[in-house]
Amino acid sequence: MNSSILLSLTTFIYGFAAFFYIVSVVFKKPFFGKTGTWTCLAGIAGNTGGIIMRWIESYRFGIGHAPLSNLYESLVFFSLVIVAIYLVVEKTYANRSLGAFTTPLAFLAMAYASLSPNISDRIQPLMPALKSNWLIAHVITCFIGYAAFAIAFGLGIMFLLKQKDSQGKVPFIKLFPDLHIMDELSHQMIMFGFLFLSAGIITGAVWANSAWGRYWGWDPKETWSLITWFIYATLLHARFMRGWHGKRLAYLSIIGFIAVLFTYFGVNLLSGLHSYGR
Amino acid sequence: MKKNKNSDSPSNRLWKFFASVKLTVTLLIIIALTCIIGTVIPQNESPSADSLRYGEFLYRIFRVLSIFDMYHSWWFQFLIFFLAANIIVCSIDRLSSTWKVIFKKTPSFDIAKLKNSCKEEFTASCTPHELKTLFLPLLSKLFKYTNMQDRDNGFIIYAEKGRWTKLGVYAVHFSVILLLIGGLIGSYFGFDGSVIIPEGKSVKNVILRNTGAGQPLDFEIRCDDFNVAFYESGMPKEYRSALTILENGKPVLTKNVIVNDPLRYRGINIFQSSYGAMQPENITLSFTDRNTGTALRKKISLGEQIDLPGTFGKFTLNKYLHSYNFRGHNLGEAFAGTLTPPNGEPEEVILPINFSGFDKMRMGSIVISPEDTEQLYYTGLQVTKDPGVPVVYSGFIMMIIGCFITFFISHIRFCVEVVKKKGKSIVIVAGISNKSITGMEARTKKLNKLLSDTIRG
Ligand code: HEM
Repeated sequence: MNSSILLSLTTFIYGFAAFFYIVSVVFKKPFFGKTGTWTCLAGIAGNTGGIIMRWIESYRFGIGHAPLSNLYESLVFFSLVIVAIYLVVEKTYANRSLGAFTTPLAFLAMAYASLSPNISDRIQPLMPALKSNWLIAHVITCFIGYAAFAIAFGLGIMFLLKQKDSQGKVPFIKLFPDLHIMDELSHQMIMFGFLFLSAGIITGAVWANSAWGRYWGWDPKETWSLITWFIYATLLHARFMRGWHGKRLAYLSIIGFIAVLFTYFGVNLLSGLHSYGR
Repeated sequence: MKKNKNSDSPSNRLWKFFASVKLTVTLLIIIALTCIIGTVIPQNESPSADSLRYGEFLYRIFRVLSIFDMYHSWWFQFLIFFLAANIIVCSIDRLSSTWKVIFKKTPSFDIAKLKNSCKEEFTASCTPHELKTLFLPLLSKLFKYTNMQDRDNGFIIYAEKGRWTKLGVYAVHFSVILLLIGGLIGSYFGFDGSVIIPEGKSVKNVILRNTGAGQPLDFEIRCDDFNVAFYESGMPKEYRSALTILENGKPVLTKNVIVNDPLRYRGINIFQSSYGAMQPENITLSFTDRNTGTALRKKISLGEQIDLPGTFGKFTLNKYLHSYNFRGHNLGEAFAGTLTPPNGEPEEVILPINFSGFDKMRMGSIVISPEDTEQLYYTGLQVTKDPGVPVVYSGFIMMIIGCFITFFISHIRFCVEVVKKKGKSIVIVAGISNKSITGMEARTKKLNKLLSDTIRG
């Protein structure tokens, strides 16, 4: 058993979890929801185990470093955080319908990491600029933030679906939490994500300052993370304005997550320092 | 808040305009959108490349709008300035009233509003009077402020904490201002330059990144040694420059600088940023007499002329060629020299470093072959000064703390009402917070349980 096998296995486990949650919502079978929860827990165990094994393996190759240094490793960590946050929410709010919208994201992230030909899952040595504890702090904080935004994104979609179907014609939508609960939960997620995104941008700036003597350089990746930050700041402020509740905030949360995805994947199409992500 | 008699006066209207959250939202959206431009259109490239890429017409429009350096353009800075004005005016506008609310000695509370919120209740088999002696000390221990009022058939205790968290938002907004101030300090009093130092040499000036002008330093930087280490895969593992700082020619500080571990001296930061091979200055050549086979080895520097033994005359090393092309083949680095026999025409000799037998083809009576060159490296350093960094970093810390307080520490208020009913007491616990409703429901349940447990315990 090595970390690659364990993480591939985790991908499948997340796939099953997503499947169970979706079946549970669509066919209104609570049993499948519970199975989903247990499957998620198994996934978290595999995911965490995989990350730890990868860490140990990197030391065995003589190039030891925390497994947070390239796109593959960050996606694996991202999936772990999404599922972990989701499970906390599931427990707090005692509602499993959100699982049908978030576990697929964790599954897709893992599947993309394992299957995409552009992403190497080899354990690679670190180039000199990446040898910094600030980088580890940067990756961890950013991806916790992104994961919270991913969940807010799922909630945003659920919110719009439920609002559109206000008469409760579609049976599975009836299982969604009430609109005001989803609104509040999504706000919680966005505040949580915003705090971590801010911390992520800050640790990135401190890292850049220790590596290049400039805490901010307007490179595309930096700028896109700032754009994302502005979008969520807009959202937080928009709550104070009249007429900006529910639907518009749900749209903003969806747009915000698209900006996250672009910061993460799209920027590699542009040029810049951060293109190590490839 | 400016108190004008005429609330519609222009200055008042301007104040209100800058104090509105609507302006905040509008500005944040505009700034987010305009930031995208700079990530799509490459910044600070050469004008000729830009005009080729976009055509003359678009190029001129972009040029006028400073699109090629948009984050420093007048209009982008204008937007940032508006945002700053917005934050400052907004904060001043609200701070005085927030301040009063926070530091009021006896906060007022709205029982009707509290009763409209999360609510729990239980029945206790003792009198309100007994309960009062139990609840009041407990609640004043748990909450920063408590207030008890007697009623006809019972009492009400009002308890609250966390009112100060309303200041969190001001910390966040002030942190944004700190970041901007720090950035301004950096751009006025700092610089960002780079310098190349060959091993063994020292410099007193750096080249500024933006203007290309020279920036003198108060001290000298000497590169004693440069090393690059590789992984087995051939990927670079570490770049290391051994640097010495010289003041008035005397060494005062020596440090190995690697990427992510700069040297800081008198407010100036020196970072490892690049390296390269110096073009060789000298080479050891061997001169072989084709007839006798006797060879002479000699080190020669560029521009130097040496006398050869016997009748071979003189040899001059003229120049270094980065790459030498021979009949369509690139033979790489080479030196060029001139061989001048005592009584003959000077003859050009090419000495490709990697092809030591090359000169045999000349069919001369002496064969010159390059043996080895001394490879020196230069280190590329980034040299910056940014006195704004401490301000920016304080902004960072303040932003994180401020966001945490604003988002996750709430102002919670409880109202515990005790009403006598048929020899027993009904206890109603109602709570409200300015944050999460769900969290408050849990808190109310917890307080309810705590109170009922104290009675039994
Ligand atoms: C640019 C000008 C800005 C203005 C005029 C402004 C204004 C405001 C106002 C009026 C509030 C409501 C405060 C209250 O009534 O409790 C607020 C809240 C807030 N602002 Fe700003 N703001 C600005 C920029 C920012 C920025 C750049 C951030 C980025 C972090 C930010 C973060 C926050 C946060 C976190 C809150 C609290 C939100 C909440 O309680 O959910 N603000 N802002």
